Formats: sequence, structure tokens, C-alpha cells
Amino acid sequence: MSEYFFISLAAIVAIGVVAVLLLLSTILGPRNPNRAKLTPYECGIIPQEEAKGRYPVRFATLAMLFIIFDIEVVFMYPWAVSLGELKLFGLLEMVVFIAILGIAYIYIWGRGGLEWD
Amino acid sequence: MESTVPLSHYLVLSTTLFVIGVLGVLVRRNAIVVFMCIEIMLNAVNISLIAFDRYMNLHTGQVFSFMVMCVAAAEVSVGLAIIISIFRNKPTVNLDEFNIMKW
Amino acid sequence: MEHIPSPTVDLVSLAPVLVLSVFAMMVLLVDLYVKRDKTLVIFISLVGLLMTAISAFAKFDLPVHSFNDSYVVDELSVFFIMIFTLSSALAILLSIDYNKREGIRMGEYYSLILLCTVGMILLASSTDMIMIFLGIEIVSICLYVLAGIRRSDPKSNEAALKYFLLGAFATGFLLYGMTLVYGATGTTKLGLIAELIREEQIASKPLMLMGIVLLIIGFGFKVASVPFHMWAPDVYHGAPTPVTAFMAVGPKAAAFAAFFRVFAEAMPVLSPSWESLLCIVAVLSMFIGNVGAIMQTNIKRLLAYSSVSHVGYILIAVIAKNSLGSSSLVFYMLAYAFMIFGAFGIVILIGRKENEMLEIADYSGLAYKHPLMAISMSVFLLSLGGMPPLAGFVAKFYIFSAAIKEGFVTLVVLAVLNSVISFYYYLKVIVYMYMKEPEGEFQISLAPMTVFVVVIAMVGTAGLGIFPDPILYFTQH
Repeated sequence: MSEYFFISLAAIVAIGVVAVLLLLSTILGPRNPNRAKLTPYECGIIPQEEAKGRYPVRFATLAMLFIIFDIEVVFMYPWAVSLGELKLFGLLEMVVFIAILGIAYIYIWGRGGLEWD
Repeated sequence: MESTVPLSHYLVLSTTLFVIGVLGVLVRRNAIVVFMCIEIMLNAVNISLIAFDRYMNLHTGQVFSFMVMCVAAAEVSVGLAIIISIFRNKPTVNLDEFNIMKW
Repeated sequence: MEHIPSPTVDLVSLAPVLVLSVFAMMVLLVDLYVKRDKTLVIFISLVGLLMTAISAFAKFDLPVHSFNDSYVVDELSVFFIMIFTLSSALAILLSIDYNKREGIRMGEYYSLILLCTVGMILLASSTDMIMIFLGIEIVSICLYVLAGIRRSDPKSNEAALKYFLLGAFATGFLLYGMTLVYGATGTTKLGLIAELIREEQIASKPLMLMGIVLLIIGFGFKVASVPFHMWAPDVYHGAPTPVTAFMAVGPKAAAFAAFFRVFAEAMPVLSPSWESLLCIVAVLSMFIGNVGAIMQTNIKRLLAYSSVSHVGYILIAVIAKNSLGSSSLVFYMLAYAFMIFGAFGIVILIGRKENEMLEIADYSGLAYKHPLMAISMSVFLLSLGGMPPLAGFVAKFYIFSAAIKEGFVTLVVLAVLNSVISFYYYLKVIVYMYMKEPEGEFQISLAPMTVFVVVIAMVGTAGLGIFPDPILYFTQH
């Protein structure tokens, strides 16, 4: 079990610090709830309806596009490291890869996926 | 501390995570949580692949794990799109309410 | 850093994949400039499929192994490529009129069908587990989107969600099975795995067996065999009808090609382990598919359950591992393609704009008003059941003889029994068409492309049934 020594030490310290902080704030903090303190904060106005969670779809579209192009960059990392061995053929392959994703980019651009409003 | 963690420990970890993911998919009702449990399953497979590579001094598993991550990302995209498209028609992500087609 | 050996790159063997990918991307770009009339897009897709079929014959000295033995061009893969291009072309032709009627206006639909075909070609030609995984994922992701492409229809959305969640779940199992097989053998290439098994050099037998079980679970989900068939009726019902027809043929054939390569070609020596499991799955699929279909009143769900039972028959071809097994698998897939596209073509023709007329009761009295359509539907349904002299009978006969040659007599007896049971629900529809009074007007507008598909399917079904010899000779290479 000696190989797990350091990671168990790290786990104990992490859990210990969190537990101590929570315990201290529960014991030492004041407790006077009233109605105004318990309502959700909305820039100072009185909230009229519950936040239903409707948000524009742009955010989800942005997340999807981000993931795809992020993975494209992830594929470029090992290629960049070993480009010396791969020489011209490696370069051409990566150009083809980026071109395929470039076609996807042109498609997204044409369809208005990059518009913000 | 020069003794290494034996391979079986990694496999047990991977299997445990996989089973947690499977149970999550079978039990949970929120579509997004089911989706996250599927991601847990795919990442458990990644752990197992890398562990095999380390102990057998190969490199195929690492390449495989790369492809798995890429595919998992593509599935995340498509899954998000499907869930959003559902959410527009019927503002809920509770799987119990999707039963127009029965038996 | 150790030197990774560079793969033997042979782009000519990859020709069908390259050609079809280029056409799929062209379709995406052309669609940006085409506003309403999708004729150009459809034309480009069909031309692309034709060029893919031609380029599949690019290599002459089959079999050719390229990319370090992870991609193969052999007679099996070339024949499957023909089946895939045929089924994609038929699906596109079917969707021309259906999309106009139902208001599906996106050009990405055609691009997705082409990309799905690319994935299927990869699946049928790969001999490396990584490539098989990638092929399955390409096919599945395109199908998740295609199933939900009618965004305003709640049934379509629900079908896409169910297919996505269950499909991703199955991918997890498939992947874990591949990982365990990799851990047991140290390689992902099917050729090397076969050699290692033959020479008894597997490091750990239990790991290998567990991997095989998980692989069967993963593949079983993808082809909708029992007990993993729960998604099939809902997804087939909710997806647009041409997509359902496409889903029932192409991806199933591709998954079976991969299934065959992994089990019958790479692991025949380990067959005592997986044979009994696959026999149980096959028999359960046949029974539960038939029992489920008997209880249905919706024609799309009936065809879905019947395709679950057909999966049982096809699994028999995988269990019978000999070369007769592979040629009977290919013949069955071709016959199945014709039958399914014909049946779904008629389903599309009967429907109209607000009411798709999917209940069996809607078929009452079709024979009095439209005798030709009733006859074609009867031909397709009887062929699905396996009545001579139609294609379904020849296909089933071929598979059963392959199994008997290996000695699986009980299995074949059960399969024949199930064929007889399946006639109940196929005949039910025929009885409705011929012997019940028509309820109301049919209002069938004979959309030309759909009729064309039905005619092709008829020619195929009848032709394969009456003159099977040319194709049989071709499948036996």
C-alpha cells in the first residue's frame, strides 16, 4: 500500500480542510433567516416570477461548435510534436484534415451559426 | 516508493466506474444526467485502455483512446442538439414524460 | 522515443470512401446556395453514389490488405459496398416525394445519408477494431440526427432521443469489450487476433471471454436483436419513413458485416464460447420479434418487430461460420434490401399530408381500389415471410442450408417454425387489403420517384426469387 501513500495524504488534507471550514462556519456563524434574505437575488428588484431556465439557443450552439473545433486542435498537438519524423506526408495529411474541417466551418458560416444576434 | 500500482487495480477502478455509469443510465430520469453517465462509461474505457498500454509497453491503446475521446466529443455535440430540439417542443428533460409511443 | 512504423498508405483501396466523402461535402456546400428546389442536391448525391459503386472495383487482385492490415478490399466488402450504395440510392429516391409532402426542407438530410454510407463502407472493409468502432460511430451519429430530422414532430424528437441514449449506451459496452479483447491479446487487428488465438498465445482467457460477451452485447444493440431490441419499434415508428427504410437495411447490413468479420473470421477457434450465446440470442430474436409483431396494429411497428425477427435469421448465418455462411449473409442482405424498400415504398404511397395512414386498418379494401398496389404489397410481405418463388424464400433457404452444413439442425428447425409463425402477421395485412371493405377514399397520388422505387424493388424481389442463380454464383465468388 506504500504506493498509495502520497495520494491518500492529499485526499485526507483536502477532505479535512473542507470539513473544518464547513464545521466552523456552521458553529460560529449567526443564524437569523428572514423572508427577504431567502429570496433569489435579482439586482435589487422584487422578483415577480421564478427563473424558468429559458435561455437563447445560441449558447448551446456555441458550446457544440467549441467542442468540435477544440478536438480539431487536440489532434494537432501530437502531430506538432512528431512533425519532424512525419515530414512532407504528415504536413499534407494535416492540411487535408484542416481542409475537411474548413468545409464544415464554411457550412456553419453560411448557415448563420456564427451570428451572435 | 519504487513499487508500482499493479494492473489489476486500474482494471478494478475502470470496471467500477463503468458499472456506476451503467447503473446511472438505467436508473436516472433526467436526460442530461443519463448523458453524463454515458460519458462516465466512455471515460472508464479510456482508463482501462491506457492502463493496458502502460503495463504491456504498447502504443495502440493510446491511439484508440484518442479516437474514443474524439468520438465522445462528437456524440456530446449531437446529444446536446437532440436534447435542445426536444426541449423546444416540450419544455422538460424528464425521461418519464417521453412516452408517446408505447408498446 | 520509439519509432512508430508508418502505415502502408494505399489510397486507391480507399477509393469508395474518398469519393463518397468528397461528394458528401460537396452536397453540404452546394446546399448553402440552393434555396428551395433541392433537385441539384439530389442529383449530386445520386451521382456520388454511382461513382462510389464504380470506384469499389478499383482494385483488381483481391483480397488487398492496406494500412497495416486494418483495411481490406475483398469480395465480401465489394459486394457489401454495392448493397450500401443501392440502399442509399433507394432511400434518397424514396425521400424525394416524402420530404416535399411532409415539409422536410433541409439539404443536410442528403449529406447525412451519404456520410452514413461512408461509415457503412468503413465498417464492411475494416479488419481493425479501432476502425470498426469508428465506422459504427459514424453510422450511428448520422442516424441519430436523421431519426430526429423532423424537428417539429414530437414523435421524431422522441425517437431521436431514445435512439441516441440507447445507442450511446451500447457504444460503451462495445468499447469495453474491444478494450478487454485488446488487453487479452495485445493488438486490435483482427488478423493478428486470429493468429494469436490459433497459436494459443492469449495472456488471459477470462479477459478474452468477458470481452467477447461485451462485444456481443454491443453489436446486439446495434442490430436490434433481443434482449436489446427495445429501441427499434419506437425509433422505427418515430423516424420519417424513408429514414426508417434506410435504417432497416444499410446499417444493419454493415453491422452484420463487422459482426461476421469479428466473430466468424477472427475467432472461429473460440467458437464453443460464443456459439451457444449467439444461438440463444438468435432464437429469442425470432420468437420475440414474431410475438411482438403479431400484437401490432401500426404497420411501421409491425415492420420493426419483423425486422427484429429477421435479425434472428441472419444471426444464423454468422453462427454458421463457413464460406457458405458469408455468401448467404450477403444474398440475404440484398434480398432484404429489395423487400424492405418495396414495403416501405408502399407505406409512403398510401399516406397523405395530414394523415400518414399507418394503421393496418387503413389498408382495408386496397385491392378493390388500387389492385396493383395491393399486389405489390402482397409480394413484398410474402417475400418477407419466405414464400417461394420469391427472394425471401431463396435467401432463407440458403442460410438454413449453410447452418445445416455445420450441424445446427435444431436451430434451423426453430427458424423454420418461426417463419411459419411470421406468416400470421404478414397474411393479416394481406387479408385486410383483399377481404375487408374499404373505409373512405384512399387519395393516393402516385409520386413518380416512389413508384420507381417500388418497381425496382418488385423486379429485385421477383427476380431474385425466380432467377437467383446469377447472383448466387456471384456471391460464391
